Amino acid sequence: MTTAIMDRSTPQLDELYKEIILEHYRHPCGREPLERVDLEAEGLNPLCGDEVKLGLQIKNNVIEKVHLEGHGCSISTASGSILADILKGKTLDEAKKYLTYVKETMHNKPHSIDVEEGDLEVLEGVKRFPVRIKCALLPWTTLEEAMAGHKHVEIS
Amino acid sequence: MFDVKKIRKDFKILNREIWDDKLLVYLDNAATTQKPNCVIDSIVNYYENYNANIHRGVHKLAEEATVAYENVREKVSRFINASDEDAVIFTRNATESMNLLAFCLGESLKEGDEVIISEMEHHANIIPWYLLRDRKKITIKFIPITEKYELDYEALEKLITKKTKIVSITQKSNVLGTVNDIKKISKLAKTVNAIVIVDAAQSAPHMKIDFSNLGADFIAFSSHKMCGPTGIGVLVGKKELLEKMPPYMGGGEMIRKVTFEDFTCNDVPWKFEAGTPNIADVIAFGVALDYLENIGIENIYEYEKELTLYALDKMKQFEFLKIYNSRAASCEQGSGNSSSQDAGRGSGIGLITFSNPVVHPHDIATIVDQYGVAIRAGHHCAQPLMKKLGVSSTCRASFYFYNTKEEIDIFINVLKKALEYFEIGACKTLKTVLPK
Repeated sequence: MTTAIMDRSTPQLDELYKEIILEHYRHPCGREPLERVDLEAEGLNPLCGDEVKLGLQIKNNVIEKVHLEGHGCSISTASGSILADILKGKTLDEAKKYLTYVKETMHNKPHSIDVEEGDLEVLEGVKRFPVRIKCALLPWTTLEEAMAGHKHVEIS
Repeated sequence: MFDVKKIRKDFKILNREIWDDKLLVYLDNAATTQKPNCVIDSIVNYYENYNANIHRGVHKLAEEATVAYENVREKVSRFINASDEDAVIFTRNATESMNLLAFCLGESLKEGDEVIISEMEHHANIIPWYLLRDRKKITIKFIPITEKYELDYEALEKLITKKTKIVSITQKSNVLGTVNDIKKISKLAKTVNAIVIVDAAQSAPHMKIDFSNLGADFIAFSSHKMCGPTGIGVLVGKKELLEKMPPYMGGGEMIRKVTFEDFTCNDVPWKFEAGTPNIADVIAFGVALDYLENIGIENIYEYEKELTLYALDKMKQFEFLKIYNSRAASCEQGSGNSSSQDAGRGSGIGLITFSNPVVHPHDIATIVDQYGVAIRAGHHCAQPLMKKLGVSSTCRASFYFYNTKEEIDIFINVLKKALEYFEIGACKTLKTVLPK
């Protein structure tokens, strides 16, 4: 892992751009194509024009693989990468729990459930940058729509 | 004499520390400009001293407010050199002016009629026509743009047919900075008697507009992009056409006589100003126009040109920064000098749109914001143009006459930091990071 060159006098920035986020941005998970697309949805953040396409490969209620494509900023790309990494091998019910957990984190609400956070922890820093919360949520709301059987979602 | 230090004293907000020790560097002027103290004072003065509804009361306050409000029409008319044949209508913003035109002019259009716009339009000059298309089954055609980010005038000649009823074009692109040749467009449009509409939201604040000699029928712009308050737009255009058009909204003010059966319309321009208007802000807009005229729109233009060329030159150091600017494009591909014939006067001046293939515009904007530098990131309400450019969003730094070279230096420095933060761009390791 590399170290950011920028001076450290602006701690807020480092809170947002944690190394793990930058690492996920540089090498995002979930970019390999699926053998079979069982559920899918497209998400759009009309504010910035960012788009994400999410596909799930499911067997016996378990997410075998998550596929993501589209263009996004470091925050939305990293958030999607973490999603793909964490949800691989989880059941759809577990995925819903993660979804609730991430939404609660972003909306600064107390957690109603407990999940194994893993890299999700780094998204905490996004809260301090209100305009970027939508970026972090985009892959997750797209997941929600995919699981609900909808094809398209706009974050507003 | 143009004295930027003195001018900056007129804008209280420019002293604001955005973060500890980080003074605001406001480079989002194409979105909205800051307001000088005289404009802010004018609003307070109105409410403190002569607030009254206009055109109705017989009392002294109403008379004062009416005169102050009505006087602004004359100021607007003078500012863009409109003639006695033109009327000045106040709206909420340039967007509302465009909607008014699309709605009211659109009433006379028939299925199969054509409206021509361009690929570099703001959504405000696209969506009203889409709405009209859905109502009237008309066709919308787009003038393409060239590699130099100019309108393709040869293509326009072919697009114009007898079916063309309206040509509606931005005078200056809010993304590329391109200044379009409205005279030429009007001349072509008039060969088939099409109505010509000019979206001047980005040109009116920055360059002299000679409306009487453009050959166009209507022009629209917004107060808030030229030192005035938000909530005020103008529509200036031919009285003759406005008189034939149906009204836009109904209510008080826009009527002459109302019975249990029917109504008759008031004269132009009041016919198009239903309800109590935004009196305080129209008056404050008049103050903003006086302020701009006092500095001199030519001085503003020359100063912004200097700032923009300075910034463009500094931005050359970033090898992997893609710049979408008509001035830069014409220098790159054309004669190489900044007064190239290809770019119209003022083309590419005042704003610089850019992107980096690896660092997303939102990330750049967030990072520079941490240093107090306000730039815009997104699609700039021009999604079709973004698609044409092959990006989903870009960054845009836009200047006004109160910005300084020192501020541009700060911007360039923090832009460098933003790119370095992602360890690309300035340190030139991009080739290894970029996907093939």
